[in-house]
Amino acid sequence: MEQLLRGILGDNVSVYIVLAAIPLAWILPFALFAVWLERKVSAHMQDRLGPMRTGGWHGWSQTIADIVKLMQKEDIVPTAADKILFVLAPFVVFIGTYAAFAVIPFSSEYVGSNIDLGLFYFVAVSSVVVVGILMAGWSSNNKWSMFGAMRSAAQIVSYEIPGVLALLSVVMIVGTLNLQEVNELQRGWFWNWMIFQKFPFVFIAFMIYFVASLAEVNRAPFDIPEAESELVAGYHTEYSGMKFALLFLAEYANMFAVSAVGATLFFGGWNSPFGDFLSGPLWGVIWFISKGMVFIFVQMWLRWTLPRLRVDQLMYVGWKVLTPFAFANIVAVGLWMIL
Amino acid sequence: MPETKETLETRPPVTSTGKTLRTEEMVLNMGPQHPSTHGVLRLELVVDGEIIVDVTPHIGYLHRCFEKHSEAMTNYQQVIPYADRMDYLASMSMDLGYAVAVEKLLGIKVPERVEYIRVIMVEFQRIASHLIALGTYGLDVGAFTPFLFCFRDRERILDLFEMTCGARLLYNYIWVGGLSHDLPLTFIDKAKEFCEYFKPKIKELNDLLSYNEIFIKRTAHIGVLPAEVAINYGCSGPMLRGSGVNRDLRRNDPYSIYPDFEFDVAVGKGEMGTVGDCWDRYFVRVREMVQSVRILEQALERIPKEGDVQSAVPKRIRPPIGDVYARTESPRGELGFYIISDGSVSPYRVKVRSPAFVNLSVIPEISKGCMIADMVAIVGSVDIVLGEVDR
Repeated sequence: MEQLLRGILGDNVSVYIVLAAIPLAWILPFALFAVWLERKVSAHMQDRLGPMRTGGWHGWSQTIADIVKLMQKEDIVPTAADKILFVLAPFVVFIGTYAAFAVIPFSSEYVGSNIDLGLFYFVAVSSVVVVGILMAGWSSNNKWSMFGAMRSAAQIVSYEIPGVLALLSVVMIVGTLNLQEVNELQRGWFWNWMIFQKFPFVFIAFMIYFVASLAEVNRAPFDIPEAESELVAGYHTEYSGMKFALLFLAEYANMFAVSAVGATLFFGGWNSPFGDFLSGPLWGVIWFISKGMVFIFVQMWLRWTLPRLRVDQLMYVGWKVLTPFAFANIVAVGLWMIL
Repeated sequence: MPETKETLETRPPVTSTGKTLRTEEMVLNMGPQHPSTHGVLRLELVVDGEIIVDVTPHIGYLHRCFEKHSEAMTNYQQVIPYADRMDYLASMSMDLGYAVAVEKLLGIKVPERVEYIRVIMVEFQRIASHLIALGTYGLDVGAFTPFLFCFRDRERILDLFEMTCGARLLYNYIWVGGLSHDLPLTFIDKAKEFCEYFKPKIKELNDLLSYNEIFIKRTAHIGVLPAEVAINYGCSGPMLRGSGVNRDLRRNDPYSIYPDFEFDVAVGKGEMGTVGDCWDRYFVRVREMVQSVRILEQALERIPKEGDVQSAVPKRIRPPIGDVYARTESPRGELGFYIISDGSVSPYRVKVRSPAFVNLSVIPEISKGCMIADMVAIVGSVDIVLGEVDR
């Protein structure tokens, strides 16, 4: 990909700009699609139809209409808000999310930055989101927003630990943090995927990672930072118009980012499940995105099925259940590898 | 427990430079514009972090002078549309409460078919009202889907009401001495159909919400209302029965034709936690829906085929001087109407004993020391309707 772009654009900085913008070309349509899908999934789970009219076929352009509406809205900054932080916060949240896409390998030929510490970078950078959320909650000068932000900070910090420990047990097996190399190691048929290795320990690691990732992206049953029945809308209560849209976009982009890492580490990333059948750089993109979308669907499925945990129960699950299991899992994987 | 002077919780936090930080409680205003206060209830919370230290409910945002309005009417029947608007989720039960009170004052005996239709309507209304209570309770604890499922089933009950009297929410159906319309021809079959349809739906709701592990975690042991406290506060309905007190006015102080029906009084047993917790109050409503279906099945089977539903409606209502108190079991508890008559065409005074108002008063008692999320669960489990609280 990089060579191709160099060939077209010449050897200058524009190559990197284009490389960096490619995930954006995926995130925007993805978020539009995912919001529509969420509506449809929830509607069909609840004996409804969801949007049916906008655009004709099953309301496909409902989210586009929503975006147009949000763009037209007045951009309100509350009088009592801390203006600089308030305006900055959605961007920080989005930057944190978008920066994580830099190391996500969409295909054998494309990864924003093929660095050796890819996974480490992903974990580190996705935590920047919490800074933005805290900024948003604090600057809104609203007690409910503040609660949302504090909960979010506590939640993301405590769930990062089991999540990272779960990822670590995979890293121990593959011996690399480079996500592209992890993909290469899972080439071939689907039984080469990490999820089927060292059964059941990698599977346990995946479950822990998946639960922790739900908490990290504030999805149900861990959506307490934005629990609409308790905190109205949590940290983005006071946001409107495009700032709200940006926070929303970041949330959906984040959903895909954690799903993508899950798919890469455990389900072969861009590898075809059937060996060389339907494999190649372009098929890779399709496989990768479909795997990601499966996780997105599971996230939606859970959201519309489960009630929400309470904040202390959430901490309990994180610290007293997931973290010990993740540690035990690492020890088990380590022992397996030595023996 | 021996009192410890300084624990981790009581010691004020110290900064790295050695200064002690001042911590204080925060007043948090929950409502009247809040998604989980079921209308326009305002709760003034004093919170220490997420822990609630004190709660003061503020009511009156939906006050519509029901009692004063009733005095200004030119006819006793004219009060009924206002009674409808008190508990707008259980209008039939409100109508019945008022009708029973005025009939007691006048000494009217209504025909048997009217009694049967009233029981059928009120039990349908109980199911509809409980469905909203359970659905919105799911919403309060974060489960969205049960809410829509409950509304789907309630919709069918509203369809039945609509085919009977044309209205879906505020019926003005049960009149003093009779009913506004007779049942339409196909009603009995449709109602039986609904009973058959509804029974598996209760199981669906249980599988989806009642026995959900997270739901139990959120509601068991939360907001425990001991039987003694419930009695002292005058709680009634599912709130009282959830605390394990076997008291249901349909059984304990029968009115209409309830003694003719077989049903069990649902009480909280504390299966998932303590007797009288939120889960018990929730589940009492589920059990009551099952019992309501039982009553409906008997009533639909035995209802007299013929009869004029307006034969006992008095042309002019001019009760003798005196007063009356009549109570009925509304979906939220003991609904009492105290009516004083001065012998004129309109009541001299109407006082309503609103079950939701009395049940609401217990909130400060049971919610101290819980968290904000529990507060939402407790308010939801009390199942208030502000129209009835404020009147």
